[in-house]
Amino acid sequence: MSTSTIHDIGYRHYGGRRNGRAYVLRSLYTHNLRAAYGLGRPARAKIMPFLLGAIMLLPAAGSVAAFAFTKEPDALIDYSAYANLMQVIVAIFLATQAPVLASRELRFHVVPLYFSRPVGHLDFVLAKLGALATAMFALMAVPVTVLYAGGLVSKAPDPGRQLLDYLGGLAGCVLFAALLSAVGLVVAAWTPRRGFGVAAVIAVYMLSTGFVAVVQGIAEARTNFTLSGWIGLLSPFNLVEIAQVRLLGAEPTVPSVPSGVTPGLVALALIAAVVAGSIAVLYRRFRKAGLS
Amino acid sequence: MNGTIAMITFRAMLGRKRALLLLGLPLLLLVLAVGLRATGNDDLDVSAQTLQRFGLATLLPLLALIAGTGVIGPEIDDGQIMYVLTKPIRREVIVLTKLVVAIVLVTVFAVVPTLLAGLVLAGTTAGLTPAFTVGVLVGGFAYSAVFVALAVASRNAVTIGLLYALVWESLLGSFAPGAKSASIQQWCLSITDALTDASPVRSSVDLPVAVTLLIAVTAVATFLAAFRLRSLPVASAD
Repeated sequence: MSTSTIHDIGYRHYGGRRNGRAYVLRSLYTHNLRAAYGLGRPARAKIMPFLLGAIMLLPAAGSVAAFAFTKEPDALIDYSAYANLMQVIVAIFLATQAPVLASRELRFHVVPLYFSRPVGHLDFVLAKLGALATAMFALMAVPVTVLYAGGLVSKAPDPGRQLLDYLGGLAGCVLFAALLSAVGLVVAAWTPRRGFGVAAVIAVYMLSTGFVAVVQGIAEARTNFTLSGWIGLLSPFNLVEIAQVRLLGAEPTVPSVPSGVTPGLVALALIAAVVAGSIAVLYRRFRKAGLS
Repeated sequence: MNGTIAMITFRAMLGRKRALLLLGLPLLLLVLAVGLRATGNDDLDVSAQTLQRFGLATLLPLLALIAGTGVIGPEIDDGQIMYVLTKPIRREVIVLTKLVVAIVLVTVFAVVPTLLAGLVLAGTTAGLTPAFTVGVLVGGFAYSAVFVALAVASRNAVTIGLLYALVWESLLGSFAPGAKSASIQQWCLSITDALTDASPVRSSVDLPVAVTLLIAVTAVATFLAAFRLRSLPVASAD
């Protein structure tokens, strides 16, 4: 131990138990999840996520109330269609909250402070993605659960099928949450300037949705329904819609979905590829951030 | 108008890769116009619908939101606005300069693409193209003023603006007639309606009311922004 004698000025070493990688991951995840809803931050950071959450709940509550009075099965919104129906609110939530998770540390150049601790670069990114995905899932799953519970209470017909539909809807929400948060985080991580992150995420959403709508419109006018179905893979909401219609047996809410199981598998593979790719991109982005 | 502030703002909005953000949406409109023209779907009905739904109802509010909040919002949030405010420049001049920059950006990235898309789609038939160009230009003034005022007043300006543009004008507008009439989009459409004799363009607001409301909203928003900037609370980091 000849090398340590100069620097060892007698401070006591830490000999206790190390909490390890799982603890780091869990702490980062909890911190980011709380940040996604503004918990532990000033009141003005809580306004938007909770306001958007409340807006998400309104149609579900209205639908349950309408069903309880009229007993019309059509009054209850489809579980799997809910996220797609409210996609504007979901997109705005993603646009407001993705920069909260991905941009703030970059903007204030504090990322190296995390990595001066035993935090793995990959863990840091995974915790962020997981936290935003959980927040998005909660945003979409809570109204769907309200719909299901409301249907149960007011005795919707065929409870067995309702349960299956509900579970299918939740699986769809998982896909939505994973894909959207992957895209949102990547875009937000490249636009650290305040306000621009929100605009960039919403611009990506509007651009992809608009482009797909345009191509579908033209393709259908020329009765090219194959193209009109497959081009839907390019917009996030449409992509998940294809996956849940073809693999989870949901009712389609978009005009054209390609037929057969293959498009569903392709859509699922594409979602997985986007999530994996976004992890890689975020890893590269955060690894060297703030060191230059 | 203050040249230096205008130049700095232009640089902040267009520098680095930020211009790409502003360029994407207008490009989509042009691609759409060319696509419709190439496939032969460019009769007056489709052209009017395209210009209205993509030009007036989507491109204009989003571009105005990005430009209007972008010219002043980030500066307020990171505190750089203090370096401008501590100079002997009248607050009204600062707000007006920022507003002019926003309007110029909206003109370049929303009005000109609308004009080009109109020319590609309809040519000069029934005065459709000039009518929509004027409508989008007037709307650009009103939207920019509102969003600049919003950016001065609130730190959640972009989200509030999005809720207004996407939820109030687009979603609620298609259900509730009251919400539809109380939107800048309908007032611009009213002006467009008055300028063209194409039948598909139909607005729910009368022209005099629309013009009055547009002028009133623009003036009030500009005044509020200047008023609010007089006693701006010094921002803390979020």
